Amino acid sequence: MLKINNLRVSVGDKPILKGLTLDVPAGEVHAVMGPNGAGKSTLGYALSGRPGYEASEGSVSWNGDDLLALDPAERAAKGVFLSFQYPLEIPGVPAMTFIRTALNAQKRARGEDEVSAPAFLKLVKAASQSLKMDFDMLKRPLNVGFSGGEKKRMEILQMALLEPSLLILDETDSGLDIDALRIVADGVNAMRSPERSMLVITHYQRLLDYIKPDRVHVLVGGRIVASGGPELAHQLEAEGYDQFLPEAA
Amino acid sequence: MNAPVRIDLKDPSSFPSRRVEAWKYTDLYRWLRETPPASPEGAVEPGGPFAALGGEELTFVNGRCDGFAGIVAEGEGLTPVRLRFVSTAEGAGHQARVTIDVKPGASLTLLESYEGPARGYVSNISLDITVGEGARLTRVIVAEDAADAIGISQAHITLAHGATLHQSAFTAGGKLQRLETQVEHPGHGAFVRLDAAYALHDARHADLTSVVDHQGPDGRTSQLTKGVVHDTARGVFQGKIIVERGADGTDARMGHHALILSERGEIDAKPELIIYADDVQCAHGNTVGSLDQNALFYMQQRGIPFEEARALLTHAFLMEVVDRVEHEGAREVVREWLTARL
Repeated sequence: MLKINNLRVSVGDKPILKGLTLDVPAGEVHAVMGPNGAGKSTLGYALSGRPGYEASEGSVSWNGDDLLALDPAERAAKGVFLSFQYPLEIPGVPAMTFIRTALNAQKRARGEDEVSAPAFLKLVKAASQSLKMDFDMLKRPLNVGFSGGEKKRMEILQMALLEPSLLILDETDSGLDIDALRIVADGVNAMRSPERSMLVITHYQRLLDYIKPDRVHVLVGGRIVASGGPELAHQLEAEGYDQFLPEAA
Repeated sequence: MNAPVRIDLKDPSSFPSRRVEAWKYTDLYRWLRETPPASPEGAVEPGGPFAALGGEELTFVNGRCDGFAGIVAEGEGLTPVRLRFVSTAEGAGHQARVTIDVKPGASLTLLESYEGPARGYVSNISLDITVGEGARLTRVIVAEDAADAIGISQAHITLAHGATLHQSAFTAGGKLQRLETQVEHPGHGAFVRLDAAYALHDARHADLTSVVDHQGPDGRTSQLTKGVVHDTARGVFQGKIIVERGADGTDARMGHHALILSERGEIDAKPELIIYADDVQCAHGNTVGSLDQNALFYMQQRGIPFEEARALLTHAFLMEVVDRVEHEGAREVVREWLTARL
């Protein structure tokens, strides 16, 4: 279970998250929706430990571990996976090498046995097939020259192989056409399980037609201002965020 | 072109200071003002970084190699020549002059190593190399002088028409180290590849200086140097390509790209293209920067610890130079050698 309590994060001198409180029980998918500038991406970065996004106050615990005390790689080993809105290009490091290095680093950190090269190859082949990815793409440097859709698919492939327990999807639908969106959503839905929690961060309701949330939270001005069932997403789509903006309150 | 400084350890007036333009970043005079005591004879076991590749071994220990009268390559040259420079004399100096003649139509793979391992030595090696018409020289160099030693290697290479030079140098530096290559390029189908990579730690210094002088038409040069510095290390790249009057149709490319991985590391880069001819294709690129912080975070987010992520990015960055080594055995030796020094 993810427990975020009174989280405050400033970027530079500017307060972005101003006391955010949110719980995501194991096995549930929660959506965080909000207008531009509400702090959506900051939430993803703060949870995953990006330098410059440190909490000044509050706490975040994941299955009982104090996430804020860990560095980004340690958090990853605890199961935290942030799917990037714009995945980075890693020149010179083949995708396969990258994923295997990450998987084995996580396993080492957890005191588990590493995966051998042949065993990993088998895993990768199966996973790339189910995502309808060209296997040769995995021999190329990670994300270098990939289209937006290919990069997102590569994120889902990493997700499938690293098997994180806390998935944070940051605007995963941006830049995807409808076919790519469906493949990505199928990949995410295939990961739903009773042990896994997901936080879907999105501006638009569109993604939530494909990844159905159990709960929807509205993030405005660095705080969760409303929470509800899936119907809240439709209400936001119809009425916009205006009703939640400070002026309207 | 300006005649290169020829250093003679017996003549302190030949030691360049930073006031000599070509030695501006590698101030030999600062560290060496007098003739060092002469190194005694020494002996070492066969070996060196390229030992596994077999071939003929020629080893200079403290500047001496008994019975050596130069290397002459005739014919196919299927097995490599391993030319080792080993310094076992502590706090002493030695020098050697080596001639290498690759006859017309012949080919030679020269695997050259500067190995130390004594403390505080001064090693001064000069090589005079000729590559005959249509001949081919592959020169792969690994250099690691002791952290408190001075190592200088100066090669003067003269190519004939249609000759090919593939040179790749890999270095971990020394207290003061310079690997200098002067190439007389006649054009007329001759081709030069002049690559290098440096990985420097602590207070080490490596200077990769080259001059390629295109003297005739239709010559090609492709040069790629990459480097990383840690701690207070200093990397120097001075690459000069001259295209003389009449050397029309020259195609010359030079790239130097380096990463500074510490607060106090330093890179001095001076790429120069000097063109007196018409209808030439010349380009150079030079970048010095640090690792992409966003890429580093991305890698950590996937579980790769910071140090490992940094090493992986650095490795990938330098391996581009290794991948250009065509001799497969040498390429893999160098890959391992460089990986161990990241």
